[in-house]
Amino acid sequence: MAWRDSRASRRRLLLFVSSITLGVAALMAIGSFGVNLRRGLDYQAKTLLGADMAIRARQPFGEAAERLFRTLGGEQARETSFASMVSFPRTGATRLAQVRALEGSFPFFGDLETEPAEAAADFRRGARALVEDGLMLQHHLKLGDEVHIGAYSYRIAGRLKRVPGESSTAGLLGARVYIPKQFLNQTRLLQPDSAATYKVYFRLPADVDAEQVAKKLEPDLIRLRLDAETVAERKANLGRSLENAYDYLNLVAFIALLLGSIGVGSSVHVYIKQKVNTLAILRCLGAKSRSTFAIYLVQTSTLGLAGATGGILLGLAVQYVLPHLMQDFLPVSIPFSVSWVSVMEATLTGFGIAVLFSLLPLLGLRRISPLLAIRASYEDGTRQRGDLWSWLVYGAILVSAGAFAVAHTRRWVHGVWFTLGLVAGLAILAAVAQLVRFLARRLVKRSGSYLWRQGVANLYRPNNQTVVLMLSIGLGTFLMTTLYFVHNVLVQEVTLLGSGQRPNLVLFDIQTDQREDLRRLIRSLGLPILQEVPVVTMRLASLQGRAVEDILRDPNNTIPESALQREYRSTYRAGPVDTETVTLGKWQSQAALGQGPILVSLEEGIAQRLKVRLGDALLFDVQGLPVATRVGSLRKVEWERVQPNFFVVFPPGVLEDAPQFHVMVLKTSSNELSARVQRAVVETFPNVSAIDLALVVNVIDTILGKVAFVVRFMALFSIFTGLVVLAGAVVTGRYQRVRESVLLRTLGARKRQVLQIMIVEYFCLGMLASLTGLLLAWAASWSLARYVFEAPFVPFVLPSLLALSIVTLLAVAIGMLNSRGVAGRPPLEVLRIEAS
Amino acid sequence: MLTSSPAAPTILSVEQLTKSYKSGDRILTVVKEMTFSIAEGSTCSIVGPSGSGKTTLLGLCAGLDRPSSGTVRLNGTQLNSLDEDSLAELRNRHVGFVFQTFQLIPTLTALENVMVPLELRGESQTANRAKDLLRQVGLEDRLHHYPAQLSGGEQQRVALARAFINRPKILFADEPTGNLDAETSQRIVHLLFELNEAFGTTLIVVTHDLDLAGRTQRILKLRGGSVVSDETNEHLAGAARSD
Repeated sequence: MAWRDSRASRRRLLLFVSSITLGVAALMAIGSFGVNLRRGLDYQAKTLLGADMAIRARQPFGEAAERLFRTLGGEQARETSFASMVSFPRTGATRLAQVRALEGSFPFFGDLETEPAEAAADFRRGARALVEDGLMLQHHLKLGDEVHIGAYSYRIAGRLKRVPGESSTAGLLGARVYIPKQFLNQTRLLQPDSAATYKVYFRLPADVDAEQVAKKLEPDLIRLRLDAETVAERKANLGRSLENAYDYLNLVAFIALLLGSIGVGSSVHVYIKQKVNTLAILRCLGAKSRSTFAIYLVQTSTLGLAGATGGILLGLAVQYVLPHLMQDFLPVSIPFSVSWVSVMEATLTGFGIAVLFSLLPLLGLRRISPLLAIRASYEDGTRQRGDLWSWLVYGAILVSAGAFAVAHTRRWVHGVWFTLGLVAGLAILAAVAQLVRFLARRLVKRSGSYLWRQGVANLYRPNNQTVVLMLSIGLGTFLMTTLYFVHNVLVQEVTLLGSGQRPNLVLFDIQTDQREDLRRLIRSLGLPILQEVPVVTMRLASLQGRAVEDILRDPNNTIPESALQREYRSTYRAGPVDTETVTLGKWQSQAALGQGPILVSLEEGIAQRLKVRLGDALLFDVQGLPVATRVGSLRKVEWERVQPNFFVVFPPGVLEDAPQFHVMVLKTSSNELSARVQRAVVETFPNVSAIDLALVVNVIDTILGKVAFVVRFMALFSIFTGLVVLAGAVVTGRYQRVRESVLLRTLGARKRQVLQIMIVEYFCLGMLASLTGLLLAWAASWSLARYVFEAPFVPFVLPSLLALSIVTLLAVAIGMLNSRGVAGRPPLEVLRIEAS
Repeated sequence: MLTSSPAAPTILSVEQLTKSYKSGDRILTVVKEMTFSIAEGSTCSIVGPSGSGKTTLLGLCAGLDRPSSGTVRLNGTQLNSLDEDSLAELRNRHVGFVFQTFQLIPTLTALENVMVPLELRGESQTANRAKDLLRQVGLEDRLHHYPAQLSGGEQQRVALARAFINRPKILFADEPTGNLDAETSQRIVHLLFELNEAFGTTLIVVTHDLDLAGRTQRILKLRGGSVVSDETNEHLAGAARSD
């Protein structure tokens, strides 16, 4: 019976059930992608580190460390890395890069991916370098070009494409340049107090477990201030961040599925309304309410399964695309294989949610009275207010959404918040949609022409799905535009940092004896020096009289290791600068070693992490010399400003004679002048490096752009789901549209007028939906800018107009495509409708 | 040949009108070579059993459908030669309709529904005329109600007002009381004739209701797609002539 009854409307039903197709496709593709990602991480685990174990230090390894390494056996490789300016004489370009000097056969597992491939081995045999591919593209460099690093020149042997365990986005943050370690000293850049990282990579004998070795070495590593990293640790760290991204994408896909399901529920509601007479006749003929309910449940379930199956097929195509979209963020290559678990999960989730949403209108079938067959005016009884079963279904939908969210965020609190947030978000969206629709009607009613009024009035036709459509299209628009706006807010914030008289170029690693010459050079280029700051590197030796090593060994320690072990780059001055505000205590303006307590000023965040208060004792190891201090004041720091900021600031009179380097802060009026300054500085002072704000803006823009692209791709599923729901709604309401069209034709409307009314309807639908999404996107981006990023929000008028136009045009196109032939229906049908 | 009163000019003339449909393998002729004409300002009902071709004939006469052969001349214009949009314009200027199921646009108020034919012409300032008509049908306090908020009788009164808003030369009514109870039907029929008289409109009613048919000057009886009788209500026709 279910099959026979669906005969006339199978295509229509299939279209609106296909609203879930995109959601299921997204879920399946992401699920399968996640499984493959985990598989990829497992199979290629050792390439994540390129070695069994790596040990790292911020200063050259001492004799004790070397002795320790010798006991480990196996094969070793060394890497010294530091930030330095590199310049390319052929093009005249200079750029801050991450120089890595390599010795030995690193990577032991996996390869340095280069172009040409043999360059990964060749560059080690002479004064040659591998240069980040992005850097070469940016500065139009060619193989064989020279790259100057410090006092030495290297020939570019290859383009660096990928380093084991690092995504290519890592290269954006600091362009990587590899040179052979035997040619490192020729740069003359490294002094004993230089900021560099020293690494030794181990390939351990086959029968040695790196995890156990690292555990056994732990006391020695703490004593020698060394960090060890193993494959398992790297995998866990990477896995965690990738799993977070994967969960996030999964939730976005789930939103698309929910939107589709809301569309299914709404379409089934309209479909059932149109079936009321058939149902009443069936009831007259003796069908029980349970049987009629079963007929339509079987129909929608079968079609739900068909929609989900379509989703799985589409998902296979999406799954193929995903790794390409995310390749810049992936440290391993992703094998393509179908995860049957994900297929099952997506099918069941899609099918289950669609059936749950269909149940809401279907439950009304139980109440249809046979009396309707003879008296059309009789209340059809499909309304559900206060029905226990309906509440149970609502509950089941909430629980399912919550269960999905909990399963994918792996924390029930996050899952519950996601579900509540989703419900609140949809409610706000629905409320705004209602408001926008109401205002539009009021506005057009007062001033619009008939065609406009009729088009807008059509949004209110009986059994309309306007709010559902506005919800689904609006949410898609909201997701897309919010991402775009936030991206721009962040980029703009960084750009604004260098606006006005604020600094935008920072020169660092300036040696004390270079200061005077550098000042002269800067002034000769017509630039003022806004700030000059000395920097002294030091480590924390003890806290409140307890040695850092003891604290680290303490199993009950809650102070983060990074805060205890980090290298503190501190400065000294008599008072706070304009990026700082003293929030507690008093600043000591002058002190002297051995004469009373030395009161340092601590940044609030680091004080919190170190769990220290005013008056607490801190002993610093200033390059071998212990300096006892107490916390004299706490400061709030505007870290985002382009100038040196510090965790710890000493009073004058203590560090003046300590080994130190200097930082100069400048303001350049253009990118060209900035490049000229950098070139001039590198030529004369090769050890001095520069951070250019324009470059930072560029990097942030690129990274955010890449992230936003992936997320936007997922948000597209919501937009397209909205459009499929629209197509379904137009097809479902076609009968009504035909009725209206032929009536208007009978009353003398020309075909063009009927078409115009339909265009106005879809135009208004698309525009109001996108306007709803945009309004919320503006509100969300403003709130994020104001309260999260604390950045100024500048309205994005042109992109908003563009989004409005695109979504509106899409809605008109989909609507008109699915209304083909409606305007041309002969008016005689008005009489046939009469007869029926 | 059946003709109307020779005294009044003809507003509708039908010659050798035939309409056939393809039904499966068969050709079904619903209207067979009908010929008649209707005088301007007269009232005429078309009666007959179900399937006799009443509604098809109405559709052909009003330019809602095209004949298989024969011609329809409405207000001096031969409909066969007009395209769909010209037919629509002709209906909009000269024809009014009343349907059994009222056929109001559910998203417009009573007042807006009545204004539609004039607004389709691009006329503005139509509200006053629509309000006048709604007052005439006794709905001055229902102007801003939507169809769903009106009873069946009230909806049909709105439909009547809409039918007369463009001062049609001819009004086609398809079972105008078919969906109403006896009391409401009487009121609607009364209004229909009252407005018809006031506007001097020609009225053609398709109906099963013999009482309603009895109020028209002329009754065309159809069977099997042909006119089997054309009776003139002499009393009413005479009264009309004497007017």
